[in-house]
Amino acid sequence: MRRYLARKVGIYLVTFFVAVTIDWAIPRLMPGNPIDRLLSRMQAQPGAEHVLRGYYSKAFGFDVPWWKQYLNFWAALFHGDLGRSVASFPTTVSSMIFGALPYTLALLVPAILLAFWTGNKVGAMAARRKNLDNTVLPAGYVLTATPQMWLGIVLAWVFASTLGWFPVSGAYSLSMQPTWSTEFVWSFLHHWVLPFLALYLVAFGGWAIGMRNMIIYELEADYSNYLASLGAPRKLVRKYAYRNAVLPQITGLALALGAVVAGAIVVEIVFSYPGLGTLTLGAIQNRDYFLIQGIFLFLIVAVLIANFIIDIAYVFIDPRTRLGMQGGA
Amino acid sequence: MAVTARPATTTGAPTVEPKVARPRGHRSEFLYFALRNWKFLLGFGCVLFMLLLAMVGPYLTSRAPLAFTGPTDAAPSSTYWFGTTSFGQDVFAQFVTGLRSAFLVGAVGGGIAWVVGATVGFTAGFRGGWLDDILNMITNVVLVIPTLAILIIVAAYLNVHSYATEAILIGLTSWPWAARAVRAQTFSLKTRDFVDVARLSARNTRQIIATELAPNMSSYLLMMFILLFGGAILIGASLDFLGLGPSDQISLGLMMNSAYSASGLLLGFWWWFVPPGLGIIAIVGGLYVMNVGLDEVFNPRLREL
Repeated sequence: MRRYLARKVGIYLVTFFVAVTIDWAIPRLMPGNPIDRLLSRMQAQPGAEHVLRGYYSKAFGFDVPWWKQYLNFWAALFHGDLGRSVASFPTTVSSMIFGALPYTLALLVPAILLAFWTGNKVGAMAARRKNLDNTVLPAGYVLTATPQMWLGIVLAWVFASTLGWFPVSGAYSLSMQPTWSTEFVWSFLHHWVLPFLALYLVAFGGWAIGMRNMIIYELEADYSNYLASLGAPRKLVRKYAYRNAVLPQITGLALALGAVVAGAIVVEIVFSYPGLGTLTLGAIQNRDYFLIQGIFLFLIVAVLIANFIIDIAYVFIDPRTRLGMQGGA
Repeated sequence: MAVTARPATTTGAPTVEPKVARPRGHRSEFLYFALRNWKFLLGFGCVLFMLLLAMVGPYLTSRAPLAFTGPTDAAPSSTYWFGTTSFGQDVFAQFVTGLRSAFLVGAVGGGIAWVVGATVGFTAGFRGGWLDDILNMITNVVLVIPTLAILIIVAAYLNVHSYATEAILIGLTSWPWAARAVRAQTFSLKTRDFVDVARLSARNTRQIIATELAPNMSSYLLMMFILLFGGAILIGASLDFLGLGPSDQISLGLMMNSAYSASGLLLGFWWWFVPPGLGIIAIVGGLYVMNVGLDEVFNPRLREL
């Protein structure tokens, strides 16, 4: 178990190192002087250009040798300094990210967990049951093939714009300030439903199909046949099959995180939900490069942490990892 | 990302049955079962129809996809089959040209990811040792980094001028799960006797991979390409929706982007934002369903279902 976790942590540390290096290297590796390119793409007013140039030269630290720039980048990172946003100037990138984070988490965490749980249950029920299978399988394939932003757009068009059941955009009513009052929580939930559904439904389809296929493989395994031939009730055989089939699904959960995060980014944009996705779009449109770089690093760290949590959960779920046998992908 | 990991969870790994002495009628046997598998036929038909539409469609309309030719915000009619945008562009022309971009991104992006994934997987799995350790480490690192995050930062600094560039970027970041799958399959195949025979006859690594390993997992490699193809289309659509793709050409993602930013959603211009999503679902969903069908064709144990 210790070896298994140590190997995982090793990979995560290397990934973090690589991600930070990419974050540092990309602006410097691209052809031309990054400052000139940034300024030319920002189309700043003539007066502002001078100020911006000074800011960027200082922020990139181009006046020192490259290895020193690299070390400075790490030093700043460990002080939690990701630079300052250009579009909304004195605000630091880290404070903008942490301001947006609660909204993204409020969408992502329930969407990931509920989709995983219900998707697996429904998929397991559908396997080897003709009628259910014939509805779950096609629905699942259509859902996994659906771009999340399009589902968001269609949901917003039908349920918000046309039927008026839900608000079209934002995370709470514009007349309110975030507080813990009942009205605010109600307004928040009301705004939360549609973006949540867009993320949930797409992920649900993937898990349902995955579990359906896994269960079929498990029901063909020797232990299932043996159990069935002993006269065990079908329900019991399925229960054992489910417990074995859910293990690869948990590994899949770690793999799917990147996809879900990407989905959250585009869905938030559709609903102008004030999380990291909307922040990303604003940063792209304003050519706010330090903000883009900060979000990039933050997303990777978040995915690494989530992966680590899944690894720990895996140790509890799969006894083979605890006993130092093989297992765990 | 996205999407990349999604395909990995959508199919169970088919078991590889070594076919050493391949009988003559093998190919026609697969064809026999393929033509009787409704999932394969449905998916394949769907993808083929979209492909034909992408090839023929632009010739069916005289209007250029980005030209401001017609009335603004017109609903579908006999002149403008899919209506027009808020700028007076023909949505049908945009849709069929967007389909072309989608197929281009899928083929190039999926193709590159396939080549990189298969090469890394075969090399790591067959050579083993320190080479496997290094390749495995690289695979794991790229696997954890969210594809879209890395594409956002690269596309933000590098001006993407063509869908080919976008597809190359997608291909270079979405191969890891494929590499992992091929590596695992190679591990299970390389200890078989027929590989030992090939080794004894002094054939080099590349020949053994090309003539012994790859043919025995050809079905798996084909299905992997299909999933990578669909995944690349989905990632490309997200990138275009974010406005990080080429802005002087049209794609399905960019159509959604412009419909959204022109408030087409609030104004109810459904003909503008519904087709691009349906187009993506038809292609990607068709590919996925075709894949399940192929799984049943290649894997006799699944056929009875």
